[in-house]
Amino acid sequence: MSLNYDQAIEKYEPTLGLEVHVELNTKSKMFCGCATEFGAEPNTQTCPVCLGLPGALPVVNKTAIESSILIGLALNCSIAPFSRFARKNYFYPDMPKNFQTSQYDEPICINGFLDVEIETYEGNKVFRIDIERVHMEEDTGKSLHVGGSTGRIHGAEYSLLDYNRAGIPLVEIVTKIVPNTGKYAPQVARAYVAALRDILRGLKVSDVKMEQGSLRCDVNLSLAPSGSGELGTRSETKNVNSLRSVETAVSGEILRQANRLQSGEKIVQETRHFLEESGETRPGRSKEKAEDYRYFPEPDLVPVVPDNKWIEELRKTLPEKPADRRKRLQSEWSVPEKEMTAMVNAELLDTVEETVKLGADPTKARSWWLGEISRIANERDVVATELISVTAVAQIINLINQGELTDKLARQVVDGVIAGEGTPADVISKRGLKVVSDDGALMKAIEDAIAAQPDTAERVRGGNIPAAGALIGAVMKATGGQADAAKVRELLLKHLGQ
Amino acid sequence: MSIRSSAAEMAEALTKKEISAVELANQHYAQIEAVDKDVHAFLHLDKAGALAQAESIDKKRAAGEKLPPLAGVPLALKDVLVQKGVPTTCGSKMLEGWRPPYDATVVTKLKDAGIVILGKTNMDEFAMGSSTENSAYGPTHNPWDLTRIPGGSGGGSAAALAAFEAPLAIGTDTGGSIRQPAAVTATVGVKPTYGGVSRYGLVAFSSSLDQAGPCARTVLDTAMLHQSIAGFDPKDSTSINHAVPDVVAAAKKKDVKGLKIGIVKQLSGAGYQKGVENKFNDAVAELVKLGAEIVEVSCPNFEYALAAYYLIAPSECSSNLARFDSMRFGIRIGDDGSKGAEEVMNLTRQVGFGREVKRRIILGTYALSSGYYDAYYGSAQKVRTLIKRDFDAAFEKCDVLVSPTAPTTAFKIGEKSEDPLAMYLNDIATIPVNLAGIGGMSLPCGLADEDNLPVGFQIMSPAMKDDRMYLVGGALEAALLSKWGKPILDFAPRLAGSK
Repeated sequence: MSLNYDQAIEKYEPTLGLEVHVELNTKSKMFCGCATEFGAEPNTQTCPVCLGLPGALPVVNKTAIESSILIGLALNCSIAPFSRFARKNYFYPDMPKNFQTSQYDEPICINGFLDVEIETYEGNKVFRIDIERVHMEEDTGKSLHVGGSTGRIHGAEYSLLDYNRAGIPLVEIVTKIVPNTGKYAPQVARAYVAALRDILRGLKVSDVKMEQGSLRCDVNLSLAPSGSGELGTRSETKNVNSLRSVETAVSGEILRQANRLQSGEKIVQETRHFLEESGETRPGRSKEKAEDYRYFPEPDLVPVVPDNKWIEELRKTLPEKPADRRKRLQSEWSVPEKEMTAMVNAELLDTVEETVKLGADPTKARSWWLGEISRIANERDVVATELISVTAVAQIINLINQGELTDKLARQVVDGVIAGEGTPADVISKRGLKVVSDDGALMKAIEDAIAAQPDTAERVRGGNIPAAGALIGAVMKATGGQADAAKVRELLLKHLGQ
Repeated sequence: MSIRSSAAEMAEALTKKEISAVELANQHYAQIEAVDKDVHAFLHLDKAGALAQAESIDKKRAAGEKLPPLAGVPLALKDVLVQKGVPTTCGSKMLEGWRPPYDATVVTKLKDAGIVILGKTNMDEFAMGSSTENSAYGPTHNPWDLTRIPGGSGGGSAAALAAFEAPLAIGTDTGGSIRQPAAVTATVGVKPTYGGVSRYGLVAFSSSLDQAGPCARTVLDTAMLHQSIAGFDPKDSTSINHAVPDVVAAAKKKDVKGLKIGIVKQLSGAGYQKGVENKFNDAVAELVKLGAEIVEVSCPNFEYALAAYYLIAPSECSSNLARFDSMRFGIRIGDDGSKGAEEVMNLTRQVGFGREVKRRIILGTYALSSGYYDAYYGSAQKVRTLIKRDFDAAFEKCDVLVSPTAPTTAFKIGEKSEDPLAMYLNDIATIPVNLAGIGGMSLPCGLADEDNLPVGFQIMSPAMKDDRMYLVGGALEAALLSKWGKPILDFAPRLAGSK
């Protein structure tokens, strides 16, 4: 009989460790001047240096160092006064030099932390994640295995190599072990990656697109019998490429390991691959025989020795911390906690803020993005911001506030913009969605309604205000819903002497 | 003016339009044609490229353009530096047929200086060796005695100078590969301060030790070439962003009065040939006559230099040579569609790398392995620091240090090729300079009594004080020339067919 999640957590205490690889968005590569554009024709962004041609030498990209220091500062790390690159030696066809230039025992940032907050039934909880190190390295190229059924190297007929990605700067952020998360381990892992992503986005040092691989997460997880205080054997799950997957990978590994332990089997120290479709992991290479990378200091590069003045200048440019920003926006917009969390969870905080910056009312901005637009996005399984631009939404909200659109009309405008009919103004003019606010036109409709229902009009004149509803309804119908109901009511009552 | 003239004399004749650069290049090609079947200094001749370069210099000169001092003078380039479109093999089967798509910074500087690159010279495979016997393309022969080695790894460059196939050459020096060949061929060679000349485009053997440098037949020619190739290069992180000392002025000064010259106690005695020590001592006596003051210094850690070198250099080489995997350049063996990448790589390396290269890759891989790193690579780096300190202490007492360049004169081809340790001992006096990253020069100081073969005199100067080697070298060269009555290479037997 296999354990379910609650039983697993009761018996075993999980310990997490997270390694996040971030592709920096520098214009050029880590050690040469080649472009880093995503999706270029294979092997068009290469040179003797990133192809590892004989004789070529690396030169460190200063912007990459700056970005790494910024990341370290934002994660409360110490910046090492002296750090070095090393060579990690191993063979792989998509790694041009057959060693990766990477920081090893002398990383640029050490000993930081990041506090993450998760929602629980017992209220919000804060977990402090200790950061062990932030270090710089270079990415490898990409192999495309052709032929065979799996697209994997085994069984392929031949392989194609694209070195465009080779040498793109990467920063690896490694946590210390994260103990005592208990049943919340999956949520904590997800919240950490989300918080990290927000920080990186705020620093503008990476595109942080998990789906494009510019932010990749490896999840280390081990279990020990609850209360034992031991540290179990860990597995390392690679290539977990969405926030949801981070959560799934952790809970999946907890279940898998707990059930193995429960049936008396051992956990093998190994690399596992996350399978996006099933949410499960499959074993990769075993790490029982640890690979010997023969690290040694990279003799082609001089040590990185950032002076304090530079570090302090960079510190001054740090943007507001995402958690602080959230608190500030919550108070500026007078948003309840729950709504704020909803925005964050829906990953729409930036979008709402941008919409507000364009003059939209905060409450409306929030309700449009989280309501109507998110609903359509969910139906179509896309991201809300891919459906409609911030500018369009801001324009629509402003038109509502100016009385040019009703909520009902605005929904039609949103539909039109999403359908590709152009800007809100284009949709309004093409579909003829103007609020009828011209008093003359409205008065004509009101007079027609009174003429059609003279008895009702009499009752209203006699003081029976609720009876006006029938007349207003008739006016709205006559104007095809384009009149502002409040305005109609005001004109009608005035006309009938109320 | 003849092909036996110095580069400075050739440059003057070119300036005076007594000869054109094209004529000068052709004269050298004629000499190569005549003697290189015996000497085998060259692996590849780039006649078309060289003559086009020479012609463009001639045109510029005819048009009255101001040209750099060595414009139009021919040069032989060690085959470890990449030259765009010109085969570069590093003396290895591995790179047979490879034409690099870019120029080394040294090559760019040579081209900018109007220097005409005649071709690529032979070398021990990937610069690993002291005799040029490790070339996959056959050994180079010493013009003094064709049955003997021309030194190594840059035996091709040194032999080309001694055989008058070129007045200038570029070498690279990781443990003595410029200086030891200079010593055994009676030519001049300089290993500049580490970082003084860009390594960009120098196919790496041991990155922290490799240094390209100038070779010629006179100290002044060497200085002029040094000035042409030195300087900061943003493409090489380890290059020094510092003004190049005026080595040409130093070479011309010929005044060592009051200069303190240190003799390193550890670089003499057991293992040094008698005739080598005698000629070295004679040269020191000349310096004393010129007014220099001699001090004896002790560098106790030099004893460990060879051992440290043979851990550091192989370690770095094991990583540097990992890129020769048959994927992107060079030869590929066994790719018949049925084998995987790793298998093809292994087959290629079996065929592509020679014995000495394999030996050093294996040695270095072992020295870097986990569990051995601290004992081997780690300890070697500590020794390196101690050797630097020995030099620092010595340079507090004197301006330059001197020693014999090599413990023996040129040995017979084949004599030591089965005994790597005996071979390694050739570099015992040159290796400390590389470990400390300082400058070293070798210039001829006579012929050993026992065998009538050239002896090299080594001058070592502190980092970025390369001018001091030229100061001492220029003065000593002049004194010896007046003592001998003619240039030392005039004592060499004339090669068959030589022009």
